[in-house]
This record gives sequence, structure tokens and C-alpha cells, in this order.
Amino acid sequence: MFERYDPREGLVLSLLDEAGKLASFPQGMPRLTDEQALAAYKTMVLSRQVDEWAVSLNRQGRMPTYALNKGQEANSVGALMAVRSDDWFVPAFRELGGMLVRGISLKQYFLYWYGNEWANHMPVDTFHMMPISVPVGSQMLHAVGLAWAERYQGSDRIAITFMGEGASSEGEFHEACNLAGVWKAGVILYAQNNHWSISLPWSKQSASRTLAEKAFAYGFPGIRIDGNDIFAVYAAVKLAADRARAGEGPTLIEGLTYRLGAHTTSDDPTKYRTDEEVKQWEARDPLLRLERYLIRTKHLTEEKAVRLREQSLACAQTAYEEVEQAPDAVVEDGFRYLYLEMPEIMEAQLERRKA
Amino acid sequence: MKVLTLIEAVTDALRTEMAADRSVVVFGEDVGLEGGVFRATAGLQKEFGEERCFDTPISEAGIVGAAVGMAVVGLRPVVEIQFSGFAFPAFNQIVSHVSRIRNRTRGALCAPMVIRMPYGGGIRAPEHHSESVEALFGHIPGLKVVIPSTPHDAKGLLIAAIRDPDPVIYLEPARAYRAVRQEVPEEAYSVEIGAARVEAEGDELTLVSYGAQMIEARQARAALAAEGRSVELIDLRTIYPFDSRTVVESVRKTGRLLAVHEGPQSFGVAAELMATVMEQAFDHLEAPPARLAGPDVIYPMPRGERHYLISAEQVMAEARKVMTYEP
Repeated sequence: MFERYDPREGLVLSLLDEAGKLASFPQGMPRLTDEQALAAYKTMVLSRQVDEWAVSLNRQGRMPTYALNKGQEANSVGALMAVRSDDWFVPAFRELGGMLVRGISLKQYFLYWYGNEWANHMPVDTFHMMPISVPVGSQMLHAVGLAWAERYQGSDRIAITFMGEGASSEGEFHEACNLAGVWKAGVILYAQNNHWSISLPWSKQSASRTLAEKAFAYGFPGIRIDGNDIFAVYAAVKLAADRARAGEGPTLIEGLTYRLGAHTTSDDPTKYRTDEEVKQWEARDPLLRLERYLIRTKHLTEEKAVRLREQSLACAQTAYEEVEQAPDAVVEDGFRYLYLEMPEIMEAQLERRKA
Repeated sequence: MKVLTLIEAVTDALRTEMAADRSVVVFGEDVGLEGGVFRATAGLQKEFGEERCFDTPISEAGIVGAAVGMAVVGLRPVVEIQFSGFAFPAFNQIVSHVSRIRNRTRGALCAPMVIRMPYGGGIRAPEHHSESVEALFGHIPGLKVVIPSTPHDAKGLLIAAIRDPDPVIYLEPARAYRAVRQEVPEEAYSVEIGAARVEAEGDELTLVSYGAQMIEARQARAALAAEGRSVELIDLRTIYPFDSRTVVESVRKTGRLLAVHEGPQSFGVAAELMATVMEQAFDHLEAPPARLAGPDVIYPMPRGERHYLISAEQVMAEARKVMTYEP
């Protein structure tokens, strides 16, 4: 299926247009059911409302720096719906939607951006998720190792990892792609190309026309998809997951998308991109497209959508209040959880801190 | 018991742990078919198969980064970085992830692994093959850093490192690989990480060193003994978490400290030992704590090595100074 969408020929997999009309599916193309599409929509609305509320909290001085997902929700939501719930999920830091699909609670998510390591304390056998990773592209290698180890242990679990397009300039992107290719690792490398790495556009990030075509140099398929189209995301990731599970190796997916908000609440994107460009992408908003589709197919009404937004905002507000009321960080934890057993040298340092 | 060199003891430890535990996997550059450029992994691929001992592309970040994923699901990767001077492409993985996973997840995940690498000079190698990097790794919270100086400790420390629940940087003194022979038990045994070893007792000076530098420290101690001086020699063995108790106890007895290492002086291990002794044995000191360390210069290429390395004579001269110090 991937060869039908060769990025080197400028092809992009897209199934849902901006008016919310679904294309006819080629034979063998996995299709998100309408029931799944509605579930995806609900998750994306919740993600969007969480973002909006987080920005508001930041302005109120109640939340430190926050990284937004706005405009990119379809990528991680569609991707996580297309893999098994026990496949490894190795995120960067713009995959709230995927985390919600995995069942991570809003309280747990907010705790991370509130600034508490306990956010990442999650039962691994339940979520099969690595914590949010900040150093750009470095987490890709973990996914390759996870996939290798699962196969070594005789399991058919695969791994999916996310990164931004800027990660493709990092050495670790190359090392991860290269190792994944050589090891034929059961891994999906999903690049969210949101066109801007903070202030740097793709044209200055790489002289490569597409990110996806880099895959061919590593010996595995790459595909460009409309990352604002949940149906395209789901289909591509499902195909890549089947490949990975069958032992056919990795796939690089470049999801074309756009960060409608700032890089983080500390960033002012008006300094480096035009209103015109943002408006163009607002018209391609993945949430609106899916909403139009669901209304068109009578799975959703305007009223239901309004109510869902209100409910989602309320959920976000309640979750954050819980986070604010939870016990604060304590000095012992940084000492106690560094090693399984605290070295004697550290015990003395801790005593001094507490005194 | 059999007599082994230090590098043979490393191989012996790997073989012992691979035989005992299928989760132990060994990989790195040229470690499989060839058995490593120093032959530390010789025979392991043949004995345990390509799945458990294999060659990787030249990809240090890849080796360590993939090991993180493997360790998280319960494997015990023992990876080799061919020379410590080539560890830096992997530095991001080591500093940003290996050392942090447990803390980042408050104990939900951990990444126990051993990162082995030969370090140190005196092997007449090209640039980037002779650096001493223990202070760099010792400064990173979340890592343990060990350096054996004898075959017995090499095997015991490596087994301890493989079984340790946390990541361990295992630095191998390349110059001592085949310079030291010793009887080593054939069965598995551990040398405690975090415990120094009083190699020889004495009461006039506490001489602390580790790794290949122990060779000159031993020679100096023996020569000084012939002059009638009594020097207590401590092999630190663990850089972090280092055994301050043993060092401080010794200095409380001798009143004098000389710390010797090959790596650059500033912000080095000796500085930490001196500071600890000042804090915890100040009232017992009869001379200012002293150090003899490499200069703060780039490690030279082979023709200049003799200007860099610390000789037994230099250790003796410095030791005499400390022992004869009068305020």
C-alpha cells in the first residue's frame, strides 16, 4: 500500500477533505469506523479544551510553561487508535491526544505540566508508555530498543514513537532510523511535521524536500500523510503496525500538520509566522474536519458538539483543581528515587537539606 | 582458582552472567565476531549466539539509547563503547535518559545497564583513545561509576554492576588490561559497589588511587617501605558513590592524604577526596591534603605521553613531601 504514496513523487495520503467529505477507500486501506471516529472526536475535543484551559491557567499564573497540542490532535489520536493498547508508546511532548487514548488521566497529565515528577509514575504494565521526553529526537532510540527487546522475549508487541520535524536534524534521529533499519525493528517512527521548530521553518531545517523520503535511504518505507486527517493517520499507522508485527520492519510516517498555537506559553509565534499562514491552516483544523464529517453522517449535532466542549472544559478545570490540591513535591523524593537504594553520601546531603 | 589478566577477568564475568541469566545481552562495535578490539568479549558470540552477543553499526548514541528501551522491559544490556573518548555521541543518552529514568518516573521505570569502556592512557594510541572520563560521569546524578585495578575486582565489580538495579559506568584501565595477573575464583562473586579496598596498611600516609594509576601507587608504596616509610594504600574502586568512610577513617589514623589520578586535576576525583577529608577529618590532619593528578591539558598523542603520565618516582616525591610536612 505504501508504494502507492511515494513521497518522492510528491504524493500525500489524504482521505478526509476540508469539508468533511470522505474519499472512496482503495482496497485494503484500513478504515476507522464511524463509532471510532466519534470516539476520536471526543478525545480531540477534550485535548483542545485542555490546551485552552492550560493557556488560561498559565496567564493566571497558576501553571508554569505549557506546550500546546492545538491543531495537531489527529496525529497522536489516530495513531494510538491504530496500534494495540499494549504496544509501546514513546511520546515526545505534543501527544496529549494519544495519552488520552491510552487512558492516562487528565490529572496525571496536568501534574506533569504543573511540574511534578509523580506525573510520570504510571504502572508500566497498564499503559506501556514511556514518559514525555524533552531532548529532541532522543526518545526514538528507546522505541527501537523496546521493539528489539520485545522480539527477543518472544512477544509481538511493537513500538510507536513520535517526534517533530526538527528532530530529523538531530544525530539521534539518524542513529535511530539506521538501527531500526539494520535490526528490522518492529517500530513506527511518526514525525509530526508541524512546519515550525519554534521559529525555524522546514525550508531552513532541511534541504530534503520531504521528511518521509529519508526512510528510503535507511532501507524501509516512508510515507507522507495528511496529519490533520484522522482517517489517513489511522490507515497509515494501521498498515505500518501490521508490517512491524509481521516482522517486516520499521516505517517512517510524516504527518503534515500545523501547530495552531505557540510552541509553548513562553513563545510568541507572531514574531516568525504570518496571520495569513495561520488562517490557511485554521481552515484545515483536524477537529473541524472531523466534526463536519460526523455532522454530515448524522453521528453528531451542533448542540451535542457545544455540550461536549462545555463538558470537556469542566473536566479540565476539575482535574487541574485536583492537581493544585494534591500534596506538593517533597525534598526526599529527589533523593529517594534516584537510585533503588540511596547511597550514604546522599543521606548526609538529605539530612542537611531537611535541617 | 585460575590466574587471569584483568581483561580475561572481564570476559570471565560476562560469560558467568550470560550463562546464568538470559536477560543479559552484550553488544557494541566489533564485540561479536571479533570479540572486541581488546578482545574483552572474545568467544561470547560463539558460546551464546548472535542474538545475545552482537555487532552494532558505529553508533554510540544508538547503542546506549537502544539499551534504555531494552532495560526498561527487563533486559540487562551490557554495552561496550570501544574507547571512552568515543562516548560523547552517547553522552546525551547517558545524561538525559540512562541516569534519569528512575527519578523521572519516581521509580515506575528504571534502566539498569552496564556501559563498559576502556579508558586512560599509556597504550600509545591515536588521539581520542586515552582520555580519563571518570570525573565527567561521576558528576552526573543517577549513575554509578566503577574502576577495577585488579583481575579479582574486575570480575567481582562487573558481576555486581550487571546485577545492580541502577546503571553503572564500568571503566576499564586499558593500560592494565594485560599488565596485572591474579588468581580469580571460577565461580560468580560480587565486589560491593561503593566500597574502597585497603590494599596495604600503613600509618604515616593515606595514599588513594584507582585504575591503572594503582600500578605506580603500588610501586611507590613498596619503594617507600624499603626506605622504612609506612604508607596505607587504598584502591578507591568506586568513583560514585565513593567510599568516604574508608578514606576518612584512614586519614584519621595517618593524618595525611595524597590522592593520585591520571585524569585532569581541576574538579577531579582527588579534589572531592580532599574536600571530604577537610570536612570530616580536619582535626586529625598533620599536613594539607595533597593531590597528584594529570595537568589540565588535552591528553597528548603518543610522543607526548611521557610528559603527561604520572610515574612512581613522582608519586614517591609527592608522598615524601606530605609525610615530612611541618607547619
